[in-house]
Amino acid sequence: MANTYTLIASSTVGSGGAANIEFTSIPATYTDLLIKISARQGADNAFDLTFNDSTTSYSTLRLQGDGSAVASNNAGGVTSAIRSIGIENTNNTANTFGNTEVYIPNYASSNYKSVNVDGVNESNGTEIYMNLLAGLWSNTSAINKIKIAANAGSLVEYSSAYLYGIKNS
Amino acid sequence: MPTKLIINCETGEQTEVELTAEEIAQREADAKAYEAEKKAKDAELAAQAKVKADVLKRLGLTEDEAKALLS
Repeated sequence: MANTYTLIASSTVGSGGAANIEFTSIPATYTDLLIKISARQGADNAFDLTFNDSTTSYSTLRLQGDGSAVASNNAGGVTSAIRSIGIENTNNTANTFGNTEVYIPNYASSNYKSVNVDGVNESNGTEIYMNLLAGLWSNTSAINKIKIAANAGSLVEYSSAYLYGIKNS
Repeated sequence: MPTKLIINCETGEQTEVELTAEEIAQREADAKAYEAEKKAKDAELAAQAKVKADVLKRLGLTEDEAKALLS
């Protein structure tokens, strides 16, 4: 059970927007990592998570609800990233941001890295998108870099990401 | 030119740099892959809606009437 949360680093996008937020030189001194994302981008809700500049060996399984139906899919079988969902887009309510949590247990171990992502979007008071996602990076390297990449246009001003390290003792 | 924010967790330094040509190419490939995924999903939803509409037509019911029957 995690009993410590330490803010490792954070970033807020400036007025020009940004395609990616990248955390580099992540110390291997924690047990797990947690990223809290609040973001808005172009015309869709997806974003890509990649580690250590690798663009291979990822898989994604999603469970998605939109307020009236539930669906499950594998993000089209994409292997270049964990294709996550949870960023507000231009078709959703104006001036709102999607909220997403990314949890990466045992990120510095020599096992494959499992990831869970939990994200929500609100759309004009009529729809809600909830996404629960299980990702896997089939690589034994310790994670020392995380890239959060917008899938449509750029992350808008005030989008933010907070990276926490968690120790189990 | 799109940019990225890089945060060095050891030093806390944040820099904003332009994407490389390789990163732009990867980004375009990802966008195309996402578009394909979205089209496939939309096609699946459209096929499901057509099946539903065909059944209702065979039964001679409107969608609201079907909903009333099932409520």
